[in-house]
Amino acid sequence: MKGEISVAACVAALALSASTRAAASDPVVIGIIDDFTGVYADVQGQGGVEAVKMAVADSGGSVLGRKVTVLSADHQNKPDIGASKFREWADQGGLNMLIGGSNTGVNIAMAKVALAKKVPFIPIGPGGSSLTGADCTPYSIHYAYDTTALANGTASVIVKSGGKSWFFITADYAFGTQLQDSATKVINANGGKVLGAVRVPLGTTDFSSFLLQAQASGAQVLGLANAGTDFSNSLKSANEFGITKTMKPAALLAFLSDIHSLTLQTAQGLYLTTAWYWDLNEETRAFAKRFFAIMKKEPTSTQAAYYSATLQYLKAVKAAGTTDADQVMAQLRKTRISDMFTKDGYIRADGLMVHSMYVMQVKTPAESKYPWDYYRVIKVMSGEDAYGSQPDPSCPFVKR
Amino acid sequence: MRAAAVYAMLGALALAAPLLGLYPVFLMKLLCFALFACAFNLLLGFTRMLSFGHAAFFGSAAYVTSWLVSVHGWGAVPGILAGVAVSLLLGLAIGAIAVRRQGIYFAMITLALAQLVYFICLQAEFTGGENGLQGVPRGSLFGLIALGPDATMYYFVLAVFAAVYLFIRRVVHSPFGQVLRAIRENEPRAISLGYRVNRYKLLAFVLSAGLAGLAGSLKSLVLGFATLSDVSQGTSGEVILMTLLGGSGTFLGPVLGAGIVVTLEEYLSDLVGAWVSVIIGAIFVICVMIFRRGFVGEIQRRFGTAVTRRS
Amino acid sequence: MTVFGMPLPVILGQLTLGLVNGSFYALLSLGLAVIFGLLGIVNFAHGAFYMLGAFAAYIGLQYFGVNYWFALVLSPLAVALLGMLIERLFLRHLYSLDPLYGLLLTFGVGLIAEGIMRDRFGASGKSYPVPHLLQGAFDLGFMVLPIYRAWVVVASLAVCAITWFLIERTRLGATLRAATENARLVQAFGINVPLMVMGTYGAGVAIAALAGVLAAPVVQVSPLMGSSLVIVVFAVVVVGGMGSIAGAIVSGLLLGVAEGLTKVVYPEASNIVVFVIMALVLIWRPAGLFGKE
Repeated sequence: MKGEISVAACVAALALSASTRAAASDPVVIGIIDDFTGVYADVQGQGGVEAVKMAVADSGGSVLGRKVTVLSADHQNKPDIGASKFREWADQGGLNMLIGGSNTGVNIAMAKVALAKKVPFIPIGPGGSSLTGADCTPYSIHYAYDTTALANGTASVIVKSGGKSWFFITADYAFGTQLQDSATKVINANGGKVLGAVRVPLGTTDFSSFLLQAQASGAQVLGLANAGTDFSNSLKSANEFGITKTMKPAALLAFLSDIHSLTLQTAQGLYLTTAWYWDLNEETRAFAKRFFAIMKKEPTSTQAAYYSATLQYLKAVKAAGTTDADQVMAQLRKTRISDMFTKDGYIRADGLMVHSMYVMQVKTPAESKYPWDYYRVIKVMSGEDAYGSQPDPSCPFVKR
Repeated sequence: MRAAAVYAMLGALALAAPLLGLYPVFLMKLLCFALFACAFNLLLGFTRMLSFGHAAFFGSAAYVTSWLVSVHGWGAVPGILAGVAVSLLLGLAIGAIAVRRQGIYFAMITLALAQLVYFICLQAEFTGGENGLQGVPRGSLFGLIALGPDATMYYFVLAVFAAVYLFIRRVVHSPFGQVLRAIRENEPRAISLGYRVNRYKLLAFVLSAGLAGLAGSLKSLVLGFATLSDVSQGTSGEVILMTLLGGSGTFLGPVLGAGIVVTLEEYLSDLVGAWVSVIIGAIFVICVMIFRRGFVGEIQRRFGTAVTRRS
Repeated sequence: MTVFGMPLPVILGQLTLGLVNGSFYALLSLGLAVIFGLLGIVNFAHGAFYMLGAFAAYIGLQYFGVNYWFALVLSPLAVALLGMLIERLFLRHLYSLDPLYGLLLTFGVGLIAEGIMRDRFGASGKSYPVPHLLQGAFDLGFMVLPIYRAWVVVASLAVCAITWFLIERTRLGATLRAATENARLVQAFGINVPLMVMGTYGAGVAIAALAGVLAAPVVQVSPLMGSSLVIVVFAVVVVGGMGSIAGAIVSGLLLGVAEGLTKVVYPEASNIVVFVIMALVLIWRPAGLFGKE
């Protein structure tokens, strides 16, 4: 009996010590909840954490005399893990701001927590435009890109350059269908038309049947409304079946890491839209050089956005003189965002970070002069052209 | 006497846990998965049927409850009951096909049918596809007690868990449970004794499916959403791991196993990244090779022999 | 001319592609059926061995300059060695127990292999080039068939035929089958049964790895490439009748074609059609198409 009592006492003591942990000398806590091990891990993952740490270092490592600490957790693409981690940090970890990476479903779940716990929340990487629509909150800032901007970029450029008829290969889930819908609107508005679409289950490895259907449609453009491995596999098969010779491939979402793993041989000639590219100018190259020294890879657009979002948040805390969520959000909303990520960013009433976007074409192996020399700029779109100038009316927090 | 002391201590700890400052949402999640593992154990531990598709029941009940509560404004209790009803029916349908086969065949059939359920959840309109159903309110107990506050919800979940735990104990010790054990030990003999083995197995399957559904419904209210990962194959694998690790065929084993796995997932994944699946895989291997009884099973064995030696 | 409202060339094209996928299914389910039929083990790590086969080819090319043709032989060998090691260290101790333990063990082994590759190579995968000799395409009139895909069909059907012949028609196969029926009796004839069992597991795994090498130029070589496939392949084996070699081959091809047709009629369901067929087969014939009750 004595033994059992002492065990119980130990458990109780441990539990108590765990609960008092959070009450130390209040650092400013930035959290990152992202996919670190799944299919999107190469897009941001550990590189995103390093980018945030770089931004913290560039802000002097502290703000308002308080040290800045960075937490990170893997949501494993499961909404329950992402949301409960966020909730826990907000309740017990003294969390001041959260960056949510990849996977729209997980980020919608986390947005609900942001609203309940009043914590500034910056999703970077999920494409779903509903994050600033039906699922928006007064504490969300959707950074880097959304499906609307991707469709506006790639689709409008291709239609205007003569690619009038399209066939879509669409990933069969919300993100894919949203991409296809936005792109269809753009195509129709510019005088093109969609000849057909096939909705492919997520994680399909063999795309040849669908490509054959695309080819049979006689369309000029092959629209790939998918992402990650789905995107790589579909483009690879399109090459193998010689479909890229008769149809122009258009990626609605592709990252530098995807192009790198596909190689230029396969990806050449592809059109895509991106928020940022490492080789745009001196500033971006300087950032990329520092990043490369740590990660041995060039940064993707969203990794750069991680850096920018952290920098802007810490600036806003400094200007507002507090970490109070409402005051920091108000400060961010009235700031013009200008750093190495973008020069003309601002936060729209629904929480969308509007900034200019780039339409790119992937270089041929012959055009590529040095490692990671992958993109050629086709068009720079203003923020309004990319995202639209009006806030999303379905967002309940937009004041009318 | 000893067992009573252990239970009293665990009960007191569970009641006092939120007061001790343990994080209530985490505790609730843990209880929901413990409930899920107990339901699964009813099948694996006491009937020796390995279902590789139990997430189908867990997840579909979570969807149904979330949908009724968030879209149609049902209360928490009717929502949960509806979720359980759906998983019972689903259990009846899947079970009727699966119990005709044994062992590995049974496992493969449950796995494949669970994939079908996954597909339906992905395609159906009401489930919200890839994004799932989000922002499900917790509602209240018969309009009297609001379940919104974590502490209230915690005691509600704890009460449900305790009731189900006692119910499972009761079932296992009942004549019905005895027949199940007889089937586990020697199915041909049970048949020759005149038992309609398939009926017993089907009943056990449906019961286990319904309780797994209860766990899923509760989880969806606790965390406020139902998503595809609830019905996915990964969740089916996790519940097997929990049961195996804690000790299948013991009562406390699945609870402990669920505690270990949920804690590992929550805290370990941040420390080791991709290695978390290596670690979980290694636990599987270790369990199967040298730890087949699981934690609680091993403790009971050592504890048991010590007692006999003394007397 | 149209069939089901589809022009005939499209149908023919889909049938051809179905055959290509079906030959992958046949190859993978063949390995599973060999292991299950002769050892009674449900090899859940089969998808992982397929993935390791593809990665072995990739690593060989990238770091050691081993070309595709050598990889076709070397990577199944390497993976088979690993498989035999696993058999020797773990599986051997489980034969006397419930087969469920073998299933759980291999499930764990699969997780470990996936996790390690994900840590080393990332989740998004690597590209493997089509070998020079097999680049280009045939024009079949109704479709363009890449030479490589045609090669996949030929190679896998050949391997299937050889395996079937070895097991069903040779003395070695007869001994193997006898050993699974009564190991002690065969041992008494002076045959080293444990060694033979280890070799059989190695052979089954090698077939999976071979499928991986064949797949490497067609799909992205990624750590998760096997886990999505393995469940489908299990369904194929169940449809064919677990343990039946011929059943695995025939149902692999049939289901590949069925899946190909679904991709035209109702593409969203193409991932699931195999399971629907499986459920129907089990209701109608619980032992599978070729299984013995």
